[in-house]
Amino acid sequence: MSQIGRAVYLTWDYTWSTLRTLWDVASHTFAKRDTVEYPDEMPYLAPRHRGRIVLTRDPEGNERCVACNLCAVACPTDCISLQKTEDETGRWYPEYFRINFSRCVYCGLCEEACPTYAIQLTPDFEMAEYNRQNMVYEKEHLLISGPGKYPDYSFYQVSGKAVSGRAKGEGLNEAKPVNVKSLLP
Amino acid sequence: MATIEVDGTSYEVDGDRNLLDACLGLGLDLPYFCWHPTLGSVGSCRQCAVRVYANAEDTRGRLVMSCMTPVTDGQRLSIRDPESQAFRDKSIEVTMANHPHDCPVCEEGGECHLQDMTIMSRHTERRYRGLKKTYTNQYLGPCISHEMNRCIACYRCVRFYNDYAGGKDLAVLASKENVYFGRHEDGCLESGFSGNLVEVCPTGVFTDKTLSRSYNRKWDLQSAPSICSSCSLGCNISPGERQGRIKRIVNRYHHDINGYFICDRGRFGYDYTNADQRIQHCSIRQSADVTEEAPDYRDAINAIAVELAGAATGGNLIAIGSDRLSVEANFALQTLVDEDNFYSGMDPVQHQLLQSVLGIYRRPGIHAPTLREIESADAVLILGEDLVNSAPRMALSVRQATRNLSFELARKSQIPLWQDTSVRNLAQDRRSPLMILSVAGTDLDAIASLRLSAAADDIARLGFAVARCLSDRAPAVPNLSPDLESTAAGIADCLLRAKNPVIISGTSCNTPSVVESAAQVAMALSLAKSNGQIRPSWLSYVLPAANSLGLAMLQEGNDDNHLERAMQRVLANPGQCTALILQNDLYARAEPSRVDAFFGNLKSCIVLDQQPNRTTDRANILVPTQTDFETEGTLVNNEGRAQRYFEVFATDNPSLRDNWKTIANMAKAWVNPGTGQGLPESLLALARCENFDDLIALLKNRGGLFGHWDRAAPNAAFRIAGLKIPRMPHRYSGRTSLRANIRVAEAKQPEDRDSPLGFTMEGAPINIPGALTPGFWSPGWNSGESLNKFQDEINGHLKGGDPGLRLLQSPAATDMSAATSSDWFSVPAATPTAANGRLLAVSLPRLFDGEVLSALSPALAQRAELPQLEIHPETAAAVGLVEGHIATIRLESCQLKLPLRFNPRVASGLVAVPADVKTAGILPPVLLPAAVTIE
Amino acid sequence: MSSITANILNVVGILVFVVASAAMLTWVERRMLGIWQERYGPNRVGPFGILQVAADMIKLLMKEDWVPPFADRFVFVVAPTIAMFVVVAAYAVIPMAPGIGVIDLNIGLLFFLAMTSLSAYSVMFGAYASDNKYALLGGLRAAAQMLSYEVFLGLSLMGVVMLAGTFNLREIVLAQQEQWFVIPQFLAMLLFFIAGIAESHRTPFDLPEAEHELTAGFHTEYSGMKFGMFFIGEYVSVLLTASMMVVLFFGGWLGPVLPPLVWFLLKTSILVLLMILIRGALPRPRYDQLMAFGWKVMLPLAMINLVVTGVLVLV
Repeated sequence: MSQIGRAVYLTWDYTWSTLRTLWDVASHTFAKRDTVEYPDEMPYLAPRHRGRIVLTRDPEGNERCVACNLCAVACPTDCISLQKTEDETGRWYPEYFRINFSRCVYCGLCEEACPTYAIQLTPDFEMAEYNRQNMVYEKEHLLISGPGKYPDYSFYQVSGKAVSGRAKGEGLNEAKPVNVKSLLP
Repeated sequence: MATIEVDGTSYEVDGDRNLLDACLGLGLDLPYFCWHPTLGSVGSCRQCAVRVYANAEDTRGRLVMSCMTPVTDGQRLSIRDPESQAFRDKSIEVTMANHPHDCPVCEEGGECHLQDMTIMSRHTERRYRGLKKTYTNQYLGPCISHEMNRCIACYRCVRFYNDYAGGKDLAVLASKENVYFGRHEDGCLESGFSGNLVEVCPTGVFTDKTLSRSYNRKWDLQSAPSICSSCSLGCNISPGERQGRIKRIVNRYHHDINGYFICDRGRFGYDYTNADQRIQHCSIRQSADVTEEAPDYRDAINAIAVELAGAATGGNLIAIGSDRLSVEANFALQTLVDEDNFYSGMDPVQHQLLQSVLGIYRRPGIHAPTLREIESADAVLILGEDLVNSAPRMALSVRQATRNLSFELARKSQIPLWQDTSVRNLAQDRRSPLMILSVAGTDLDAIASLRLSAAADDIARLGFAVARCLSDRAPAVPNLSPDLESTAAGIADCLLRAKNPVIISGTSCNTPSVVESAAQVAMALSLAKSNGQIRPSWLSYVLPAANSLGLAMLQEGNDDNHLERAMQRVLANPGQCTALILQNDLYARAEPSRVDAFFGNLKSCIVLDQQPNRTTDRANILVPTQTDFETEGTLVNNEGRAQRYFEVFATDNPSLRDNWKTIANMAKAWVNPGTGQGLPESLLALARCENFDDLIALLKNRGGLFGHWDRAAPNAAFRIAGLKIPRMPHRYSGRTSLRANIRVAEAKQPEDRDSPLGFTMEGAPINIPGALTPGFWSPGWNSGESLNKFQDEINGHLKGGDPGLRLLQSPAATDMSAATSSDWFSVPAATPTAANGRLLAVSLPRLFDGEVLSALSPALAQRAELPQLEIHPETAAAVGLVEGHIATIRLESCQLKLPLRFNPRVASGLVAVPADVKTAGILPPVLLPAAVTIE
Repeated sequence: MSSITANILNVVGILVFVVASAAMLTWVERRMLGIWQERYGPNRVGPFGILQVAADMIKLLMKEDWVPPFADRFVFVVAPTIAMFVVVAAYAVIPMAPGIGVIDLNIGLLFFLAMTSLSAYSVMFGAYASDNKYALLGGLRAAAQMLSYEVFLGLSLMGVVMLAGTFNLREIVLAQQEQWFVIPQFLAMLLFFIAGIAESHRTPFDLPEAEHELTAGFHTEYSGMKFGMFFIGEYVSVLLTASMMVVLFFGGWLGPVLPPLVWFLLKTSILVLLMILIRGALPRPRYDQLMAFGWKVMLPLAMINLVVTGVLVLV
């Protein structure tokens, strides 16, 4: 008998759940719409929204990018390429920096990989072009004049590498260079 | 053999090794810094701690440094137990305390042993908050960058540079935690092996400055297995390319040849391939001053075919090969013009020298040793060769050979050989005998037990005297001074007492008697040591160029076709002949005035070359050729090993084709217009060659030494899991963006129909044959140290087999007592003493600017010493010359002006002329030795 | 107005009305689904997005009329035609209001059943002709599903036939003047509704074209207007199912105050909306569940309904 009881219960259960589902869905008829009617109405994009990629400068106004290639290797679509070069004081910077936005998926892995906060994604996504070739951005298109989301960080201050205006031992948390000729213990 | 149990698994290992060595050899991951397969253990970094248990019942065990602990049978140890892991974590935390935060701007980043080991030791968070130590850096020359902040004080650099390579100008300075690895003052590192510091240093203290100019990470460099063509040793290298430029060269391990190290000429001498001056387009010169620049490649080939067909019908076609290019390119040329019209491009002496070297190598009782074998020799006799400059990597091997005595002593004292410091302390200055007979001293003299400077013929006479001492059957040397008699006896005695003596000679002296005397010593030694059973003596020749022996093999049996013959033929038929010259600057091969006459009497001159030079200036039709990085081929090194090298990258210049392919295209264009009637079958076969394997099949058909030519490396059909071997690392970046500025749609990857390698990152880089391994990488091991995953044991053979094919196996032991007097070489007369202002000029090989292509690299050019004439002070006094004087040497039409430098190591009566590229253009070294006037 | 003109007006009017409202339904469905999912749905083309249909139509017509080279060309072209034809033809017997209806067959119900059975061919032909594994799987599923559900589709209607004593649909409507058949035949109504959804292979019974498993099922290879015909055919059959239910169970055009046609359309619309709601709410069952549900639950229930109705009618 319990089998029949179970069958009755299941029939009831299924029927009820079906009807309840129908009611739940129907009850949305007069709910508020979630859709934001872009472009009539511009949505709010958080500062950390992953849109157009920029290259930032450090607080001193120098290019932050040191051409370490980590963004390029982190990129799942291999759409970043750059070439390291250096100035006469040994400061690394990219000779060219190219992002093929027609391949970019805005995953933000480049930003995560960047050890100098140079590459940052910004809340701008309106980059459509009629000609795909225009989606290729070079350094002059990418480089902005400010520090972006991280106003204070300056890589060469903590790198321990001597560059212009900052000799060995002049960075943050650095001791004066070792005097090799000293015989003191 | 011993059995050890690591983390519960039993393994069979070599009982003479240390635990670290054994574990790495088994493919286990164990961090280390200061240990190095060839530099041994010093136990300074404390990173390779493991827990060793006393016996099967022991559960507590104790921590030991695995690199300082010998393997014992039945040993139980654990790499993964928590305590040793924690120890290694703490240890690396301290090591890293002062390490700068500059990985992004460090050239080592991405192939850094320190990075790998930090990850492997699981040190992820920095806790040290104190001030970081800093150091000022030094200028170490154009090849090596210095960044002392990164140093972890493993001492590998000085152990390599001083102890292993015999350098004098790198030292550990200061004390305690202030130790500083550098020179006493800014300046170029002098050793010709300084480039290995880049690979020896586990972090970024010493990095490749030539790479840094236009730096790319290891994961972005496309590589292919390549062979260094800067000398005759055939070291295996792995060049890295990005965006059409070779960026750097690293060592590619070959058990029998270069091992872990290559010389600086090989490492930094690649820039000729990136040179702006390179010939990029075909050009046709209609008349003397009108040049049609950049005709289409097809048009140029068709024009050449017309010339060739015209010249061939009159029997006026000649071709000149190159001893620097692959066997295949030379073979194609030889096939194109027919064997009788193919000339080696070498002067008669050098040509004959190489033929006799080839003959000597095939004699019974002679074995051409590998560099590894030379390292194991316990007595070395060098006849007339300045190895540091003519075959640098061999000099490094000879240096190791002198250590065999210390190993012998260590064995007696039961000190394990990997206990590097102990072994060195034990031996102090005691070395295995190294006997150097040279014309002007060598850089190995400091560790030589016997050094003697003499003119080439006198060196040869001493060699013959040694042979006479070893065997009565060798001819006696007349008129030898008693001093030299006793020296010869001493050498002979030394060779006889040694277990594995090796005799090294070569073509640098350009003197047949030197080559012959070395063979004589080797044969006499075999005879003297034969004990019923012949044991071949080790005899190694240093040859002039990367493929000298390969070219000699191609001309075997037709061994009279040298440059002089070609010139005679042209001069006998003025205005008749058409010459096809394959990458060979004839002005460095013969007296310039004679070369001028040669070109002046040609009807037409077709030159294939990559760099502009005086020969290309004389070309009527000029076709660019590819460098060794852009094409494939096979080189035969000085021990007769055929080694294949592969295209590192595909050029996008339509005028640049594989050298052999350009020649095959000429054949095609020649055959196509007609029906091919009357043309030799070999030419038709060449015209049918579509890919490299077709050409190899043709070459194989020649039989003889070439009978197994296809075994040098797998052919283009070879696949692993259905895929070609990737040239790119699996994480090659920027694929969709590198060329996006030109065209945003990605181009198809170039196809490679000539080799089993692909221009791709697809394919599993596992179980690759040794000859096809582009470079070394293994998960978790991004640096070159990943090599241990590719070896069957540490310092052992590559798992995929050692690259290359030995063509000259030592013949089966035959009875040497049958040797007749005709088998012995005859003794030359002594060099007459200098008279009436005439001196014997000899040529001295040069490391950095002695090889025509590598000398074009700015880094090497900067390191080369200024060319100077060297002379013994007494000789100078005899002819009335003072040091610093700009002396003029005259030989026939050549006139050379160089400053004079006194060098007491130069034999008396000699003036040594540097064989650098510039000087060679004025006074070709092949003209020497010769009596010259000097003033 | 002559009877011929009236007939032509009837035929053309109903045809245009059916096809147009089916097309409109595509928009209605998308809007309604949007509303139930707290979105807007298509609202850009014309007022309330009502011209979306026109835009879609233009798009479909402008598309390349692609027949895959590996397809069986003739069958490939014929299949969507059948799909469209059978449902529109079945609509001929629907009495929308007194005087409105194409034909007044005395076996109208059987004609409806015959036509719906034929629609299985369109799916199978389309699937076979496509020479595509997804299409084939979709076709197999469709054939089995339609065959299974047709059985109790027919059986569930027999109760109504017994009560009305006729196969003529107009007479069935008139037989409901006292009482809509939904009251005595509530179970039959449910069965017919479920079977109807299954016959028009709509969610939750859209296994023949289950996107997640079969791309687009039997019409994977179709594009342009040929796809459009399958697409519109599906909505005509939605309309057809709803209309049949109104005719058979909800008293057709019968109703107070309002004109008969308005009553009919009102009742049909409510049922269509219910079908859309079901699509928006219920998940798709597994294939074996679908078959088990048909044969083990629906068929016995239809039998019981038939027997009970028969007994009651006799008694």
